[in-house]
Amino acid sequence: MHFERAHNHTWRKIKSTLASTVAFVSAILVIAPLALVFLHLLVNGAGSVNWDFFTKLPAPVGATGGGMVNAIVGSLELLALAGAIGIPVGVLGGVYLAEYGSTRVNLILRFLADVLNGVPSITWGVVVYGLVVLRFKGFSAYAGGLALSLIMIPLILRTTEEVVLLVPNGYREAALALGVSRWKTIVHIVMKTASKGIITGILLALARVGGETAPLLFTAFGNRFWNHSLSQPIAALPLQIFTYAISPYDDWHRQAWAGALVLVTGVFCVNVIVRLLTQGRSASVV
Amino acid sequence: MTTISAVHIPLEERSAQTRMASPSRFGDKAFELLTLTMALAVVVLIILIGWQLWNGSSLAIKKFGFRFLTTSTWDPVAEQFGALPFIYGTLVSSLIALLIAVPLSIATAAYLTELAPLWIRQPLVSLIEMLAAIPSVILGLWGIFVMIPWLREYPFPLLKRFFGWTPFFTGPIYGPSMLAGGIIIAVMILPIITSVSREILRSVPNLQREAAYALGATRWEATRIAVLSYAKKGLFGAVILGLGRALGETMAVTMVIGNTPQIAASLFQPGYTLASVLANEFTEATTDMYVQALFEIGFVLLGITILVNLLAQLLLRTIRTTSATRAVQ
Repeated sequence: MHFERAHNHTWRKIKSTLASTVAFVSAILVIAPLALVFLHLLVNGAGSVNWDFFTKLPAPVGATGGGMVNAIVGSLELLALAGAIGIPVGVLGGVYLAEYGSTRVNLILRFLADVLNGVPSITWGVVVYGLVVLRFKGFSAYAGGLALSLIMIPLILRTTEEVVLLVPNGYREAALALGVSRWKTIVHIVMKTASKGIITGILLALARVGGETAPLLFTAFGNRFWNHSLSQPIAALPLQIFTYAISPYDDWHRQAWAGALVLVTGVFCVNVIVRLLTQGRSASVV
Repeated sequence: MTTISAVHIPLEERSAQTRMASPSRFGDKAFELLTLTMALAVVVLIILIGWQLWNGSSLAIKKFGFRFLTTSTWDPVAEQFGALPFIYGTLVSSLIALLIAVPLSIATAAYLTELAPLWIRQPLVSLIEMLAAIPSVILGLWGIFVMIPWLREYPFPLLKRFFGWTPFFTGPIYGPSMLAGGIIIAVMILPIITSVSREILRSVPNLQREAAYALGATRWEATRIAVLSYAKKGLFGAVILGLGRALGETMAVTMVIGNTPQIAASLFQPGYTLASVLANEFTEATTDMYVQALFEIGFVLLGITILVNLLAQLLLRTIRTTSATRAVQ
């Protein structure tokens, strides 16, 4: 009897250790793709990231060499366009939810923003294609920027709301008691206090849409040359990587790896900056 | 009292007060209106997306009706459009992804909140966040040149040898296939299911764990009985949220699934998804009806993902409120 109980206890302890081991192996399997992707990006891409890559236009089809300078600049232009629309709308909308909206209105708006966050990014490309590209008879940087901005709005709105709500009420009361008007209190006291968090949200949203390809396929369309007008098609780094990856040329595959390494480095740099800003407070990926 | 004191206020001071009061009240109204307008953007966007996709596909909806969803001929030249192979491909690839990702993610979430040594938790969480930050197109690139050659070399022949008697692992092995698509989607949704599950498990009140330990439970028993079963509903919500992402995943899948509109039992056969057909064919669509049919594909995709996301929101909302209320009690 006594022996049996001891035996049972040992078995339960072994089972516990086994379960922990299985969970540990799962965790390793979850992060394995990250390590593998990184490894292969370095192995296949590092050799091709050179001066030419950052300074030259793509070589004509069939010729080797050339770079992706137009795609890098194009991506930055698209991000600027997207930010010009997405940041003010997202931030001010988030401020409304945190400062003004009634409980019921907020519940609905927050719910809609979450639903929008779940809409596949390619759908935004289709919508902007119908709204802008068909209407103005052509692919353009404006269309690409708009598609990215529509993805940014609900993202920034939700993070802004969350961090503005974290500002203690005492700050608002102190400012109002001094006779400062409500909107000045919000802009100069509340948003200023929450500025680190707001900027974090903006940076994460920019990093997210900076890697988006699907919404650009039939809005920005891509371009093998410099874009001279924002109403013309424009190149973007993720688009260029996609085009090169599915092409039959070895030299283009090489450049796709190089482009991917540059893009991932950019995205990760932003994430590291965010981590430094939030200092240990983990940033949500949702 | 008040009237007396009001009388004693010097004239210039009073006018200064009124001068200050009215513009700031105007500023308040204007600022509130401005932020309200921006917040209403989410309402506008929902209407816009639905209206544009409906409007863009109205002719196709009228012409094909319900047949669009139930037939499998996709022939742009003959203007015959049936979306069944794409719907099938989307559902099957997402299902494969869930089968792989759900056990791994939930086990990882349990490891992160319950079982792992404290020092290892934060670094692991950071790594999972980094995985979430990898753009889809880069996973696709890796899928084409690293994952598919490896799958074709080792795991696929093994699956064929041991499970070749089932209809799922028969026929020639090409590489780009439904199974490869499902695996790459699994990688894409691992981080979101893991991190939402982790949040859910963290919200389980400590009282639960303490009660289990007080009864002499081992660490695993406490995790299973007191934490995982308590959080069942929320974990289900996390899985549904992952499904929502899986259904709409585009670039990485397009690059590895083979892009062939067919319904084949074997997972080694290439397939096609709703999102992939949009990515591949939108810029090639020449006739009006072709564009209309693609808009309808977008409409179907939007409908499915919104339904799935609504379900996820409902599940996650209730678990948050109930666990909060229970924690208070």
